[in-house]
Amino acid sequence: MKSALIQFPGSNRDRDMIAAITKISGEKPDLVWHTQSELGDYDLIVIPGGFSYGDYLRAGAIAARSPIMDAVREKAGKGTKILGVCNGFQTLCEAGLLPGALMRNASLRFVCREVKLLVSNNKTAFSNQYNENEIIRCPVAHHDGNFFADEKTLNQIEENGQVVFRYAEDTNPNGSVNNIAGIVNEKGNVLGMMPHPENLIEAFHHGLDGRPLFESALNKVA
Amino acid sequence: MIPNNTPITDELIANHGLKPDEYQRILNLIGREPTITELGIFSAMWNEHCSYKSSKIWLKTLPTKGPRVLQGPGENAGVVDIDDGQVVVFKMESHNHPSYIEPYQGAATGVGGILRDVFTMGARPIAAMNALRFGEPDHPKTRHLVSGVVAGVGGYGNSFGVPTVGGEVEFNARYNGNILVNAFAAGLADSDKIFLSEAKGVGLPIVYLGAKTGRDGVGGATMASAEFDDDIDEKRPTVQVGDPFTEKCLLEACLELMKTGAVIAIQDMGAAGLTCSAVEMGAKGNLGVELDLDKVPVREERMNAYEMMLSESQERMLMVLEPSKEAVASDIFKKWGLDFAIVGITTDDLRFRVNFQGEEVANLPIKKLGDEAPEYDRPWVEPKKPDPIPALDLPEGEAVVELLLKLMGSPNVASKRWVYEQYDTYIQGNSAQRPGGDAGVVRVPSSTGEDTKKGLAFSSDVNPVYCEADAYEGGKQAVAELWRNLTAVGAEPLAATDNLNFGNPERPEIMGQFVHAIKGIGEACKALAFPIVSGNVSLYNETNGVGILPTPTMAGVGLLPDIDKMATIAFKDSGEDIILIGSHGTHMGQTLAFNALTGGDYGPPPPVDLAEEKKNGDFVRSLIRNERVTACHDISSGGLGVAVTEMALKGKIGATFSLPKDKVTTLFSEDQARYIVTCKRSDRELILKSAEESGINLEIIGKTGGNFIDFGEKIDLTSLEQAYEGWFPSYMA
Repeated sequence: MKSALIQFPGSNRDRDMIAAITKISGEKPDLVWHTQSELGDYDLIVIPGGFSYGDYLRAGAIAARSPIMDAVREKAGKGTKILGVCNGFQTLCEAGLLPGALMRNASLRFVCREVKLLVSNNKTAFSNQYNENEIIRCPVAHHDGNFFADEKTLNQIEENGQVVFRYAEDTNPNGSVNNIAGIVNEKGNVLGMMPHPENLIEAFHHGLDGRPLFESALNKVA
Repeated sequence: MIPNNTPITDELIANHGLKPDEYQRILNLIGREPTITELGIFSAMWNEHCSYKSSKIWLKTLPTKGPRVLQGPGENAGVVDIDDGQVVVFKMESHNHPSYIEPYQGAATGVGGILRDVFTMGARPIAAMNALRFGEPDHPKTRHLVSGVVAGVGGYGNSFGVPTVGGEVEFNARYNGNILVNAFAAGLADSDKIFLSEAKGVGLPIVYLGAKTGRDGVGGATMASAEFDDDIDEKRPTVQVGDPFTEKCLLEACLELMKTGAVIAIQDMGAAGLTCSAVEMGAKGNLGVELDLDKVPVREERMNAYEMMLSESQERMLMVLEPSKEAVASDIFKKWGLDFAIVGITTDDLRFRVNFQGEEVANLPIKKLGDEAPEYDRPWVEPKKPDPIPALDLPEGEAVVELLLKLMGSPNVASKRWVYEQYDTYIQGNSAQRPGGDAGVVRVPSSTGEDTKKGLAFSSDVNPVYCEADAYEGGKQAVAELWRNLTAVGAEPLAATDNLNFGNPERPEIMGQFVHAIKGIGEACKALAFPIVSGNVSLYNETNGVGILPTPTMAGVGLLPDIDKMATIAFKDSGEDIILIGSHGTHMGQTLAFNALTGGDYGPPPPVDLAEEKKNGDFVRSLIRNERVTACHDISSGGLGVAVTEMALKGKIGATFSLPKDKVTTLFSEDQARYIVTCKRSDRELILKSAEESGINLEIIGKTGGNFIDFGEKIDLTSLEQAYEGWFPSYMA
């Protein structure tokens, strides 16, 4: 199981993600700098959280236009699993690999807390180790996590079962439409999500709820 | 452009914050009239903020040494040994004046500055805290300031990628005109890979790193060394603008650079920018420095020498480069999109020479710029004693419950969730204890990045109301409470950093508060073997002659050898014993409850018995480390009643306990050196026995359980929770 992690200037949850992947798969991901324009063969490519380029334009907007994203786009087209968390989700939306957009939180404030997520689709390559409609815990930490899509797109997303995670039990922290916390593309090989499963993967974190996501994506069944 | 040979008028001197006798000192030192650039350099070096001219003689009395102290005050941050070849590097610093003028940028650059102090020394930041003090909630500016400061702290720290693990937020009318923003950061490094600012070697290149220089923050340090008046808005241009993205890149670039052997000495550009950093590096290394300002990367056109020397643009560093490594060093900075420019050279003539557009705009004796800075033994008087405690009929019955409810929902007790949920508290994946407990705790990765059992605890404390009533006891108490909070999670307190915020030191009563606070801090640090390794002084926190409460914020670090044995404040299970360590309290002066009942601040603050503090703390720590207690909380503001209620709310488990006859005094007195712990019934005997052997006073006061607090009067947890969690969101709504 080979994985790669893309680093942009301003990525800051890269170390958390590297730790999670390494602890769960036993192998460190290869680190790929944003200026590279090619990617080798990987089973999973991860775009971590952070503030790429300071998020000074729109979150993820500049990262989405960096050389490495052409390579990511190509791999996504070939069916390689791509996981974007937080800034990674924003980047995937900006790159056109996922539908919709992430707007400023409805509160207009950064929010960091634990929320509840409903596993809305457990048939994807990222969620098959969860039970259907399972409620899990997960931390969030973002300023721009308010998912939005126009009505037509939203209907499509919903009809195709592309919503993988929804905020549950009144914990929607950002005003996302339909409580959407994470979606896949139509083919199901690209997942973007705002919450941070990588921060809830070991006993030290007081919870393992993030682990099945990596076990699914890395084909590592516990 | 102002010519460099502009005549120096009395007005110019005053505008630079220099007194006539200080200007005379300059004339005596250089034997001629300074150029305008030189006047700016002197004003940058000799202002209160940079020179510590009013505080230095008192700071020298503080204990700064200990077996674990590798670097005390005088560098960018203190360095303390935490075993296994690792060190923790930390400091706290104020950004009060700029945060009042422009709350978002002021607070943001405060966080940026302290992070830079830590990673300049080669340490990767692993934790941040901030101690914030605002005016009374009803003051028209307070909401705006709270909102801006909290967003600024979060905006910088979150983007940079450091978890905020603790801090303080308080309100008091005495901060109406001057808020306090004290930012703390701690980083981790290997003990043999610490970088210092002392330049070494003649003829070596001096390199400018990081962001470009702009006109922001010109004169910032001088602004921060003066009182405010009604024209404060005019000072907005002296506030710097933060760029956390560049800082994050600068962190990674610097740590990468340090691994290459290219760095001989390094210093961040903080207050007084290029001037202060260049002079400090040269003076510490007994070397001269020659700068060529034409090489300085600028982001604005037609900047003159004066502006470049005094700009406080952020995210910049200065270093002495090992010349053979120039190519590799410059490649690293190119990779991170940062400037790398050789702007000067070290010399052997002990002069500080600055060249610009073919002209020598400054030529000053480098050592004397720092060493000959004025130093004042300012006159001081004994601070006045507080009004005595008036006779008062203390409430009884139902009214006691109402008082508890009122305190839980009062601004200085109520939950600060609204604030800390705007800070990233999970990032780095090592947070063992996030804000809301006695101390923030992070797991320490090994030098090679593996997980370890080791943890570091962080807390920040001071009770300014106590300090106003008695600065000496208040100073002692700030140290004691910090030491207690670190102890209450099971950590061994290692060392502290002080951030001393006071009014105008030229007023003898303010200077008296300062002197007394330092004496109290020093005595407590000595008694608790808790040295001060870094710090910062912020004076002139006054507006139109009204000073802040004396606020010597103390922040510190403790070590947990086994993080699995860490204690938290939450009750864990029903039916457990609730134990008071220390005796029932009797002291009501300056307590939250007494002030709530009377609307004033009366009497002396609770005295601190340092021997008792040490004895009880060591006992509690040994209970935690032997896993005999299931929860632990120190008793501080609000007394036993607030402490037990906080433990219950955190654990969502109630408590029933009995009190001696006078319920109000027992519940709300703030006597020091006390803790509440819980234990399983099966551990009760052992704890009692070991307390007896150690000569510790303790009392089993009740047991956990239910969904209420019951001390003869009863109140449900839901009401308490609503009061406790409700105040901040409804205030800011």
